[in-house]
Amino acid sequence: MPAAAAPVLRETAAVPWRPRVDAARLRRRGRGWTLSTLAHTIPFLATAVLLIALEPLSFPVAAIAVVHAWGIPALYANRGANVVRPRPRAAPASERAALGLLGDLLGHEARELHARTGLALERGRLGVWLVGEAGALLVAPGGRRVDCWCVRVDGELPSGDRTAHLLLALREDEEGFATVANLAFSGALWRLRPRLARAMRPALDAARARA
Amino acid sequence: MGRMARLIRMDRTGHTTVAEWAAGDAAATDAAVAAFREQLDLGYYAIVSTGEGHAEQVRELPLDADVVILRLPIAGG
Repeated sequence: MPAAAAPVLRETAAVPWRPRVDAARLRRRGRGWTLSTLAHTIPFLATAVLLIALEPLSFPVAAIAVVHAWGIPALYANRGANVVRPRPRAAPASERAALGLLGDLLGHEARELHARTGLALERGRLGVWLVGEAGALLVAPGGRRVDCWCVRVDGELPSGDRTAHLLLALREDEEGFATVANLAFSGALWRLRPRLARAMRPALDAARARA
Repeated sequence: MGRMARLIRMDRTGHTTVAEWAAGDAAATDAAVAAFREQLDLGYYAIVSTGEGHAEQVRELPLDADVVILRLPIAGG
């Protein structure tokens, strides 16, 4: 008897032009992001070195080039951190009810981590996920790389429900979830961590430890 | 009467219990099935947990489930 087909997230039908994400495709995308970062950085650094070599008095311009080399990748990492930035709160009673439902979906450890950090930790085949209200972080196996995914649910919902929506979609079809979501950043975890809200960093550390 | 199963919709109140039913209660089951279809027509997706870290979308109300959760579609942000 043939094995049952894996469930496919229905929302993938809205993005038919996107190839389905899998581990190999994620690795290729990650390499692309790394090359892109180098392409942003190396020319500015080379320019700085050349300027100093040709005329040491040009160091102010060289310094500006170095700032660009540092700043452009930093802006991308900041964009990645923004995917899990908390959204405006709903009425307290709605927030409590939503958190109760989300808590029922999480195990004890993940529930406690979510209470501290606002991120729900979920193990997947692609890595360890940290699900927020309007996006998710995926810590790749090995814990050195992180992908930041921007994904939303429309409608007036309390924060816990937003997270629960994303968590359930992720559990339905992890690769479909990554196909629907927009990749906002892919890079070294150390680049992202300082740009995350301080309260969320323990969640990233926990995900890295489990990746 | 057996334990009550619930159809829950995530909404602005946190969540709303749309229907409850128990095995053997034909009237409650029929009402739950009707409510389920109505919510799907409104654009909700129905999800049941299928073990730790797994969930499945269903198009018919699984009467043996403990909880069925209705969620809205997601999209890239």
